[in-house]
Amino acid sequence: MTALGAPAERLEGPEKVTGAARYAAEHPLAGRLFARPVPATVARGRVTGVDVSAALALPGVVAVLMPDDAPRLAEPGDPTLTVLQNPDVPHRGWFVALVVADSPEAARAGADAVHVEYAEESHDVTLRAGHPRAYVPEELNGTYPGERRQGDAEGAFAAAAVRVDVGYRVPPLHNHPMEPHASTAHWDGERLTVHTSSQGTTAVRTTLARMFGLAEERITVVAEHVGGGFGSKGTPRPDVVLATMASWHTGRPVTVVLPRRMMPTSVGHRAPTLHRLRLGADRDGRLTSLTHDVTTHTSRIKEFVEYAAVPARVMYAAPNQHTVHRVVRLDVPTPSWMRAPGEAPGMYALESAMDELADALGMDPVEVRIRNEPDAEPDSGKPFSSRHLVECLREGARRFGWEGRAPVPRARADGPWLLGTGVAAATYPVQVYPSAAAAQALPDGSFLVEVNAADIGTGARTVLAQIAADALDVPLERVRIRVGSSDLPAAPLAGGSSGTASWGWAVHEACGRLAARLAAHRGPLPEQGLRERADTEGTADAESAFARHAFGAHFAKVAVDSVTGEVRVRRLLGVYAAGRVLNPRTARSQFVGAMTMGLGMALTEGSTMDAAFGDFPEADLAGYHVPAHADVPDIEAHWIDEHDPHLNPVGGKGIGEIGIVGTAAAVGNAVHHATGVRLRELPLTPDRVLTGLLETGRPGPDRPGPG
Amino acid sequence: MESFAYVRADSLAEAAEAFAAHPGARYLGGGTNLVDLMKLGVERPTALVDVTRLPLDRVTELPDGSLRIGALVRNSDLAAHPRVRDGWPALSQAVLAGASGQLRNAATTGGNLLQRTRCPYFQDVSKPCNKRRPGSGCGAREGVHRDHAVLGASEQCIAAHPSDMAVALAALDAEVELYGTAGVRRVAAADFHRLPGAHPERDTVIEPGELVTAVLLPAASAGAPSAYRKARDRASYAFALASVAAVLEVADGVVAHVGIAFGALAHRPWRARLAEEALLGAAPTRAAFERAADLELAAARPLRDNAYKVPLARNLAVDVLSRLVPDQEDS
Repeated sequence: MTALGAPAERLEGPEKVTGAARYAAEHPLAGRLFARPVPATVARGRVTGVDVSAALALPGVVAVLMPDDAPRLAEPGDPTLTVLQNPDVPHRGWFVALVVADSPEAARAGADAVHVEYAEESHDVTLRAGHPRAYVPEELNGTYPGERRQGDAEGAFAAAAVRVDVGYRVPPLHNHPMEPHASTAHWDGERLTVHTSSQGTTAVRTTLARMFGLAEERITVVAEHVGGGFGSKGTPRPDVVLATMASWHTGRPVTVVLPRRMMPTSVGHRAPTLHRLRLGADRDGRLTSLTHDVTTHTSRIKEFVEYAAVPARVMYAAPNQHTVHRVVRLDVPTPSWMRAPGEAPGMYALESAMDELADALGMDPVEVRIRNEPDAEPDSGKPFSSRHLVECLREGARRFGWEGRAPVPRARADGPWLLGTGVAAATYPVQVYPSAAAAQALPDGSFLVEVNAADIGTGARTVLAQIAADALDVPLERVRIRVGSSDLPAAPLAGGSSGTASWGWAVHEACGRLAARLAAHRGPLPEQGLRERADTEGTADAESAFARHAFGAHFAKVAVDSVTGEVRVRRLLGVYAAGRVLNPRTARSQFVGAMTMGLGMALTEGSTMDAAFGDFPEADLAGYHVPAHADVPDIEAHWIDEHDPHLNPVGGKGIGEIGIVGTAAAVGNAVHHATGVRLRELPLTPDRVLTGLLETGRPGPDRPGPG
Repeated sequence: MESFAYVRADSLAEAAEAFAAHPGARYLGGGTNLVDLMKLGVERPTALVDVTRLPLDRVTELPDGSLRIGALVRNSDLAAHPRVRDGWPALSQAVLAGASGQLRNAATTGGNLLQRTRCPYFQDVSKPCNKRRPGSGCGAREGVHRDHAVLGASEQCIAAHPSDMAVALAALDAEVELYGTAGVRRVAAADFHRLPGAHPERDTVIEPGELVTAVLLPAASAGAPSAYRKARDRASYAFALASVAAVLEVADGVVAHVGIAFGALAHRPWRARLAEEALLGAAPTRAAFERAADLELAAARPLRDNAYKVPLARNLAVDVLSRLVPDQEDS
C-alpha cells in the first residue's frame, strides 16, 4: 500500500469546517491592541505634518506612530517594508501613520481622525507603450535576463510568408485572497512571537531579525493556517512590520489586519502588461520568427518586472526569436507576485497570437501548435527533462470533442447566443529550493514529521504526510505532521509551485534515513524516540542539465450573448503533464481553482489605474469582480501519467499555477471563434464585446431564412 | 467607531419623534448599504432610528386588486411572493437580479429604494464628490466612469442609481408611500428619485424625517406581461451596466399599454416616456421597438468610457419588449 497517489482528504479539514483552525488575527492575547494604518491620499510627495491630537483624544486610542517618531528600523532589503521611516510618499495608499487602539473600531475612528499635511508633487501613473522613461532591465527580479535574441527575428519576420503583428493589453490584477493580510505580534521579555498570514515564515523571521536587530533564535513566526495568498503573501508585508513595531512601542500584543480596501495599494498587484507579438511563419505553419515585446510598470521604490515574455523562450521552435521587457517606473503602488507571474499574462498574449496565426494560415490551432513543437528548449538549447505538450493537446482535443470544430468563426448559434470553442497551451517552470525537515519515530509507533512548510489552503500538509508515510512505509494515520512555524526545520516559501517538491524532497530524505535507522534498530525505542534530519542544500539547488517545465492544454467553450455582449463559459477543460500527481483530490482542487482564476482573468477581473488620483477605484470585492459561482461552469482537470527522472525524489513538477496559464487565451480564442471579433484587451466585459460585435456590422446571429 | 445614539421605534410616531429629536439621524432598515457607508465614513449619523420593529413587513392585497408592499418586506420575500410573481413578474425578476441571496434576505423594500450610488468616488472619502461633499468636485467625470450615467447627468454628478427593484417599480407605475410629520403622501415611483442637477446630494424627493412605509403596485398593471433584464460584468452579484423593465399589453394588434424604464443609465430609474408615446397605438414590431428605443436614447450624452451603454440599453429594450409580445402578435 502506498499513501502517495491516494486521494487523501485534507488533514486539517475538520478543524477548518468547525472553526477551530486559528488564523493570524485570531489570537486573543491578554491586553491585545489593534492597529490601523493611515494611507497617503496623494500620489507623490512628502508628509510635512501629522496632527494626531484629534485621534489621541478619542476613547480607546493608545498611540499614533508617525514617520518622524516611529521606532527606527534597519533596511529590510525590500523597500515596501520601510514603513514610517521617512516622510516620502512614493504612491497613493502608502502608509503614513499607524493608530494603535484597544479595539478595531477605535483604531478605525482614530485613523480617520489623523490629519496629514503633504507637500504634493506632480505624478505620472499612466503606462503606455513607448513611454519615454521605459528601460530594459538587465535581470528580471533576479532570475531571467531582460532581453534575449536568437538569430534575426526582425529579418525573418520581414521575409515570412505569413505574418501576425498584434498588440494585447492585460490590466492590473489583484490577488485578493479571502483572508486579508494580518499579523499579531507579541513581545514576551526578549522574545518576539508573531502570528502572520504568510506563504513562508522562515523568510518572515529573517526579515524581522534584520529590521529589528534581533537574533533569529529570539523570534518565532507562526502561520499555521492561511486563507490563500496567490503570491501576495510570498514576501513579508507591511502588516507584520507594523504589528511588530506597534507591539514593541506599546509593550502589548498588537494585531494589524489590512482592510480589503487597502490591499490593492499595499500588498502588490499583477502589473498591467502591454504586449506586442510578431509571429512569422511559412505556409506550413512553421514559425520562422517570434518576437514578444512587453511593456509594464513598477513603482518608484522597487523594481518588480512582470516577466511576461519569458514563456515565449520555452514554447515554440522558432529559429529566430526576440523577447524583451521594458519597464517604466511610475508613481504607482509596487507590483508583486501573483499566481503564474509572467506566464499568466505572457501566455495569454502568445497563445492568442498563435490563434491569430492559425487563422491567418487557415489551419487548426491545435495542429499549428503541434507543428511548432521544439526538440530542445529554444532559448537555452537544453534538452527537456520531459515535455508532453503534444500529448496534452491531443488528449484534451479527444476529451473535449475538438474534432469537427467549425474551421471558420461565427458558425454556430443557440438562439441569441453565439457559440465558439478555443484552445491554448500552458507552461510553467519546475522550481525547487533547498529545505530542511526532521522525522521522528516515537515509542507508541507513531511518527512526527516537521518542516516549516506553509499550507495556504493547497493541502500541503496532507501531501507531505503522504510523502512521509510512503518513505516510512507506514499507514498515513501513523504520521503526524507539523508545519507553519519558524521554530520547525527551515523551509522555503509556498510559491513558484515549488513547495511540494522542495519540502517533499527533504521530508522524503529525512524519513528515508529514519526508516534505515529503524531497520537497523533492535529492541524498544528510547522514550524520546529516534530522530533524523535532512537538508537538501546543495542537492535540490544543483544546476540541472535539463530544461524542466510542466505543460498543459486548455479547451474552452463559450456562449456570447449577442444582445448584451455577455460571455458565459459553458465548458472548461484542462489536461496537464506535470510529473507525478501525488494526491489527485488536492491536485484537482489546485487545477480547478487556478482555471477559475484564469476564467476571471479572461472575463471579469481587472482594475483601472486612476490617472488623477493614482490608485485603483475597484478597491473592494463588489467593484473588483472575481467570478461568482454562476460564472463557473463544469470545469474538468485531467492529467497524463508523466514519469520524469530528472526532477526530485517524489517526481512532481508543481501544480499550483499552471492552471491559470493559458485559460484566459483559451476563453478569448473561443470568443473570437464564436463572434469573429478579435478582442485584444482583457477582461472581455460586455462593454468591449458588444462594441466589438457592433463594429462588425453583424451584431446578432444570422437569422435562418424562411422555410 | 464614532459613537451614535440608537433608538428602536415601535410605532411610526415614535420613529418620527426620534428622528426629529436627533438632527443628523438616519432610519435603519436592513442596513446592507447604510452600515457599509458608515464604515467607509460616507455616512456619519448621530443616531440610528431602528424601524425594523414597525408593522410594515406584510404584502397585502387590497380590495381594488392593487398590492401593498410594506417597506420592511425583505427583498427575498418580495421576490418570492406568489402574487408578485404572478401579477408583476418584472418586479420579482428585478429583485432577484440584484445583490446576493444573503443581502436580499436582509435588505428591505424601503431600503432598496434609498440605497446610494456605488460610484467609487462617492465611496472614497479621500476623493472629491459633489454628492458626498457638495462643491468638492467630481472625480468620476474625468476618471473611471464606465458604469456611470449617460442620461440626465449634470456637470456636478454623473452617478447612476444602483437599484434593480426601483427600475421595475418605475415601469409598473408603482407608487411610494411616505409618512411624515405632515401626514401621509404618495409619490409615483418614477418620480421618487431625482436627477442630480445642482444638488446631487439629494437622491430622492423624500423630505427630512419622512419614512417610506409602503410601495403600492397598481391594479391596472396586475397580470400584464412584464419582464426585467439586466446586463452585468458577471453572472451574479454585480450592479447593472444597463437594465430594462417593461410592461406591454397588446390589443387588436396594437400596443394598448406600455411602460418602460431603464436602469443604470441615470441618477434615477429612467422612465422612457418618449419611447412609450411612440409605441402606444402602434403595431408591436421589432422595428417599432428599435425606433422607440432610439428616440428615447437620443438624449444620451455618453462620456469617454460609457458610450457602450446606449446600444446596450437599446438592445435590452428591444429584446425585452419583443419577448412580451403575445405569440400570435409576433411579427
